[in-house]
Amino acid sequence: MDQLGFARLQFGVTTVYHFFFVPITIGLALLIAILESIYVRTGNEDYRPLIQFWGRLFLINFAVGVVTGLLQEFQFGLDWANYSRFVGDIFGAPLAVEALLAFFMESTFIGVWNFGWDRISKKLHLTAIWLVAAGTMISGFWILTANSFMQEPVGYQMVNGHAQMNSFGALLTNPQLWVEFPHTILAAYLSASFFMLAISAFQLLRHHHVESFKKSFRVAAVVGLISAVLVIFVGDMQASHLVKSQPMKLAAAEALWNTSSVHAPWSAFSIVNTKAQKDELSIKIPDMLTILAYKRLSGSVQGIHQVQAEYVKKYGPGNYIPPVAPTYYAFRTMIFAGTLMLVFAAYAVYLLRRSRYADKRWFLKVLEWSLILPYLANAAGWIMTEVGRQPWVVYGLLRTANGVSSPASVSETDIILSLTTFAVVYGFMAVSAIYLFRKYTIIGLDPTNEPQSADSASPMMFIGS
Amino acid sequence: MLPTIWFILIGVLFTGYFILEGFDYGVGMLYSFISHNDTERRMALNTIGPLWSGNEVWLVTAGGALFAAFPFWYATLFSGFYLALVLMLVGLIFRGVAIEYRSKDQSPAWRKRWDIIMTVGSFLPALLWGVAFANFLEGVPINAQMNDIGGFFSLLRPYTVWGGLLSLTLFLAQGATFLTLKTAGPLRDSALRVAKPLLNAAIVLSAVFVLWTMAMPALGHRDWYLVVSLLGWVSLTAARMVVSQKQGTAFLLQSLMIALSTGAFFLGLFPHVMVSTLGAQYDLTVSSAAANPYTLHVMTIVALTMVPIVLAYQAWTYWVFRKRITPDQHLEY
Repeated sequence: MDQLGFARLQFGVTTVYHFFFVPITIGLALLIAILESIYVRTGNEDYRPLIQFWGRLFLINFAVGVVTGLLQEFQFGLDWANYSRFVGDIFGAPLAVEALLAFFMESTFIGVWNFGWDRISKKLHLTAIWLVAAGTMISGFWILTANSFMQEPVGYQMVNGHAQMNSFGALLTNPQLWVEFPHTILAAYLSASFFMLAISAFQLLRHHHVESFKKSFRVAAVVGLISAVLVIFVGDMQASHLVKSQPMKLAAAEALWNTSSVHAPWSAFSIVNTKAQKDELSIKIPDMLTILAYKRLSGSVQGIHQVQAEYVKKYGPGNYIPPVAPTYYAFRTMIFAGTLMLVFAAYAVYLLRRSRYADKRWFLKVLEWSLILPYLANAAGWIMTEVGRQPWVVYGLLRTANGVSSPASVSETDIILSLTTFAVVYGFMAVSAIYLFRKYTIIGLDPTNEPQSADSASPMMFIGS
Repeated sequence: MLPTIWFILIGVLFTGYFILEGFDYGVGMLYSFISHNDTERRMALNTIGPLWSGNEVWLVTAGGALFAAFPFWYATLFSGFYLALVLMLVGLIFRGVAIEYRSKDQSPAWRKRWDIIMTVGSFLPALLWGVAFANFLEGVPINAQMNDIGGFFSLLRPYTVWGGLLSLTLFLAQGATFLTLKTAGPLRDSALRVAKPLLNAAIVLSAVFVLWTMAMPALGHRDWYLVVSLLGWVSLTAARMVVSQKQGTAFLLQSLMIALSTGAFFLGLFPHVMVSTLGAQYDLTVSSAAANPYTLHVMTIVALTMVPIVLAYQAWTYWVFRKRITPDQHLEY
């Protein structure tokens, strides 16, 4: 691997890691806000320890999301200085707006929420968590505005070899943004719903505070089902949009080497042989790809070789084929994980109607294990999106190889040093976070287990003052 | 015109960041050393508990604004100061997690580990920002492709290290004064005891730094730089004089000093953003590093609308959490 390879590895690893925590933050903020709304409306005090329980898990997760986000803000300058120079005019703006509109709001009000129990009124406290939920969503909107430009550049003109913004409105109405943003946000709601379902299931299986965890189970099941249906619906729109905007990514995601017939089958699974450029052991659903792509019964989908030939004509000689196997498998992973979540959420909601879910032990066990699904789906979704866009960093405008920092300032050794450092730091954080997630899940709602001072001499701290 | 406005805005964002996060870093570096037991360590952390995260967004915003308004400055700075920035980010990452995780487990080994991480994590940015700013003005080897080719150790020279020591000491002193305001009992007494020598050191370090900066060839607006810096130095000296009796006033005076020094520095840097040691033609300036007028125009509207709103609600949270932290109350961290 060379300097470029390490730079890409560093970006990929740190970004996927960051995105293990972000969707849970976005979604859990909403779920806690819903629970607290019920609490304030009903005045049922049972909700308060439950909300504080989810709040503790939220904060353990939030801390890692925030600090790894710091690296995200600066690493375009670190490893991707030439990219930053090329698109800074356009890409920097949504990042700055994100900080001003969203980061301040979420960071400030999560402090108010966490430290504000009993210090501010219930309604104000509720407002704080809704502001956090709104802030995390707005944050998603702006960073995806930036990312959408990389997928589908709009609202720019080329001046002296740099892309310059000439329409902020065009950035905000980018068609890519309006499929990518709802898909990502709904995926975050779905992810957090499964986080809540899995942990609620864990508690129900062990008969811990059953009545309380039934409450969070209900909210998570309903939000999960709504999000699952919508995320798949929007994801389908997104795939249809790819046909027009990034045909190469779609072809790679389908491992479709040659343009299909007007009745394109959808490959449910196959072993992609990149060298021989063909699939083996393929399981195909007739006509399905045509339907997915065009929402009608006939229409052929362009293959990798044909798009490659077209791009050579358009952009000059070169290899425009992204790594096919990762794109294909990532897409399958996302789809299967998403479908499983839909099925589980639907069954959970079905059980809700009969209020029997606390007795279905086998299903609760399945739900515990389903915690892995959102993480798989989220990582796979981004791998498909970003790997499938290669060799471009800004689609059709800038190749990834031309976006990396000059080796004169950032050597391969520099990147290896920093990658190693971040790997160690991130690994240590992951271990600590998982340890605390586990610990606080097991502690559950029992307030006497809150953190206390370790002094043997000091008097007992009061709890909840 | 617009690039100049954005240069000022970047200055304002960094000023906000240094004032607000300065005392956070100070508290983070000091609390392990001046507390007598675990309760006191927790009290110290809880003084910044509800505030630090919002404070840190000032840096994130400064970074975003730098990217949006001066993409060439952003690109050259962060690729050129690569390992230094990586170190700073590691510090910031560590301290954010440390403050959240430290008290979540009773085990003394766990707490000790996070205390060390918090201390180091607060030390790194407090030191490195001074080093970085001093490097903007003294210059780094920026070539014709706008790449800083110096490498990590070229960033560490007497003047830049002095700048680092200055920011470090200012933030330490600021943190100590903050603790005297927000805590009670023995912890408060210890904080006051360390605040005084720290302020003494800062007074000396800043006086030398100002004189040293006056010798920098690239320094612009020399008279104004000197006047504003001296005002800052006077505020700092005044803070030292009142700190035993009036910690609130001392804290405000120290914040004023940080604001004036940052302001003076940006004034002295203008119209440069980064000086090149390879020839004045390679200097990055406000006009050569700026984004196009359209982007700046859009960003100006957003910033002028949002900054007052942010200031208003952040000020409100400081008011909500204005009370001292005492040992007998519920501690979140």
